[in-house]
Amino acid sequence: MKDFPYTEKKDTRSGFGAGLLELGRTNPNVVGLCADLTGSLKMDAFQKEFPERFFQVGIAEANMIGLAAGMTIGGKIPFTGTFANFSTGRVYDQIRQSVAYSGKNVKICASHAGLTLGEDGATHQILEDIGMMRMLPHMTVINPCDFNQTKAATIAIAGHEGPVYLRFGRPTVPNFTPADQKFEIGKAVMLNEGTDVSIFATGHLVWKAILAGHILAEKGINAEIINIHTIKPIDAEAILKSAAKTGCVVTAEEHNRFGGLGDAVAQVLVANNPVPQEFVAVNDTFGESGTPDQLMEKYGLTENDIVAAVERVISRKNK
Amino acid sequence: MNPHNKSIEELKDIAAQVRRDIVRMVHAVNSGHPGGSLGCTDYFVSLYFKIMNYSTDFNMDGKGEDLFFLSNGHISPVWYSTLARAGFFDVAELATFRKLNSRLQGHPATEEGLPGIRVASGSLGQGLSVATGAAQIKKLNGDNNLVYVLMGDGEVEEGQVWEAAMYAAHHKVDNLIATIDLNGQQIDGSTDEVMSLGSLRAKFEAFGWTVLEADGNNFETLIPGLEQAKAETGKGKPVMLLMHTEMGYGVDFMMGSHKWHGVAPNDEQLEIALQQLMVKHASDY
Repeated sequence: MKDFPYTEKKDTRSGFGAGLLELGRTNPNVVGLCADLTGSLKMDAFQKEFPERFFQVGIAEANMIGLAAGMTIGGKIPFTGTFANFSTGRVYDQIRQSVAYSGKNVKICASHAGLTLGEDGATHQILEDIGMMRMLPHMTVINPCDFNQTKAATIAIAGHEGPVYLRFGRPTVPNFTPADQKFEIGKAVMLNEGTDVSIFATGHLVWKAILAGHILAEKGINAEIINIHTIKPIDAEAILKSAAKTGCVVTAEEHNRFGGLGDAVAQVLVANNPVPQEFVAVNDTFGESGTPDQLMEKYGLTENDIVAAVERVISRKNK
Repeated sequence: MNPHNKSIEELKDIAAQVRRDIVRMVHAVNSGHPGGSLGCTDYFVSLYFKIMNYSTDFNMDGKGEDLFFLSNGHISPVWYSTLARAGFFDVAELATFRKLNSRLQGHPATEEGLPGIRVASGSLGQGLSVATGAAQIKKLNGDNNLVYVLMGDGEVEEGQVWEAAMYAAHHKVDNLIATIDLNGQQIDGSTDEVMSLGSLRAKFEAFGWTVLEADGNNFETLIPGLEQAKAETGKGKPVMLLMHTEMGYGVDFMMGSHKWHGVAPNDEQLEIALQQLMVKHASDY
C-alpha cells in the first residue's frame, strides 16, 4: 500500500476559492455569483479583486440560477456559489429548464455538501445532490477529494463547454494530491494498484479509502484504490479494467446510497461484468447535528466501514 | 436598426397574418395556446417589425443587438409565427408546430436549435432572471443594446419574479424593458378569482422600477408606449411596461375569457376565425 504524504489539512471549499481567483486572473470571461454566502464559499478574494465581475444576489437562489443562464448569453462563464442543498434541491427546476435543457455554460459550485458541515443539521446537509444532478441530461457532475484537486477542477471546468455541478465541502482534509495536477474531467485517478478488491471512492471518502487501504494491507488484503472525481460522465473503462482484475468492488461516498457514485458504478458493472459490489454510503436517511467526525461514524462513512465492506464483498466473491 | 421598420398600417396587416398563423397552427395539432398568443400578437409584431435592433442572422450571444426573452413560453405560437415572418426561418416550418422531430416545440426550446430562441421557457417565473443576467452582461461587454422580456400576469404569482424584480432594481439594470401581459386571465379563471394581483404598478414602483402602461392591442398606443419605455432606459432603473391586452384578441368568440387559454379551435371555429382575420395579401404557410 502506497503512502500519500501531505503537509497540511485544508478545506476543499478553499480550493474552489483559490481556483476561482486564478480563473479571474487568467480568463476575463469568468464571472461569479453568490447568494449571500461569499465568505462560506471562499469567493471573497475573487469579489475583492474583480468587483465588476462579481454579482451579489442576496438570498435568492432561484434568481441566481436564472441570472447565470442569462449571463452565458454574451459569452461569459458564470460560476454560482451557495451551499449544496440550495444549489440543487431548492433550484432543481431552474437548473433543469434554464441551464441543462437550455444547454447553458453555467458552473454550479456547491459547498457544504454531505454530512460534514456538521452542527447545522439535516436542513443544511444534502445527501441527494449527486443523484439529482446526475439525472439531468447535459450535466457533468464532479466531486473532488482535496484542496489541490478542487482547485484544479475549478480551473478545468471553465474550459469545458456546458453545465457542470462541482461539489465540495467545509471540513479540512489531508491535501495529498499534487498541486500541479492536470485535472481531466471524466478520467478516474489510480491511487493504489491492487489485486483483491477495487475501492472506488469520491470526495471526502477518498482519504477514508486510503486509510482503509492501510488497515487492509495489515490484514493481507491488497486493495486497488481509485478516485472517481467525476461521477458523470463516469469512467467506465477504468471501472471495468479494475473490476476485471480484482473481481469485486466497494464504492464509497458521502451521499445517499441511492442516486450517487454507487449507482453509477453498479450500472457500469451490471451491463458489462456483474461482479459483487458493496456500498459505503448513507442508508437512505437524513443527517442530524453533530461534529463531522461523529456524523461520519454514526452514518457509516469511516475507514472502518470501508474495511468491513471490503471483507463482505471479498467473502461474496469467494462463494 | 430594425430590419423591417414597418409603418403602422403595415404592422396591422402583419399582425393579422400572424394571428391567422396562430389559429391554423393550434388547429392543426388540436393543442397549444391561442388565447394569450392572439392577445400578445401586436406586441410581438411591434418588437420584431418596428422596435428592436436585431439581425435575422441568428447567433446565441447576440452581441451588438437587442435581445428578447419570452418567459411565459406557452404562447409559443405567436413567437414562432413572428420569427418566421420576420425572416428567422421559413414560414413553411410553422406546419411542424408541436409535431414529432420539430424545432417548434410546444414550449420554446434551444435543444433543437430554432433560430431566435436563447433559452427554454414554459416552467413559469424564470425569464425575468435570465433577461436580467443577459442585460448585466451587455453592460459588462460595453454593449449599449437593450434586453426585452415578456411575462404573463398570472406568472407573477411565481416568487422568483419578485426575486428578480428586487435584484434588477438593486443592481440598477436600466437596459432592461420587462413587459407584463395584463389580460386578467389564467387557467383556472380570472386573476381576480384565482390570485388577486393587486396593483402591479404600485408593487413594481415599490420595488424601484419605472412603470409605464399601454394598450397592447392598439399600435397607435403600443408603439409610443414601447418608444417611451426605450426612452426611460439608461436612467438607473429597470423599466416595466404594464400592457393591457385582451386574451384571444382578433377572434370574437375567443375574447374576454380564460376558456381559450389552452384549447384549439375545431374546423368550423377555424373557418370563422380566419374570416375575421382578413389580410390584404394573405400568405398562409
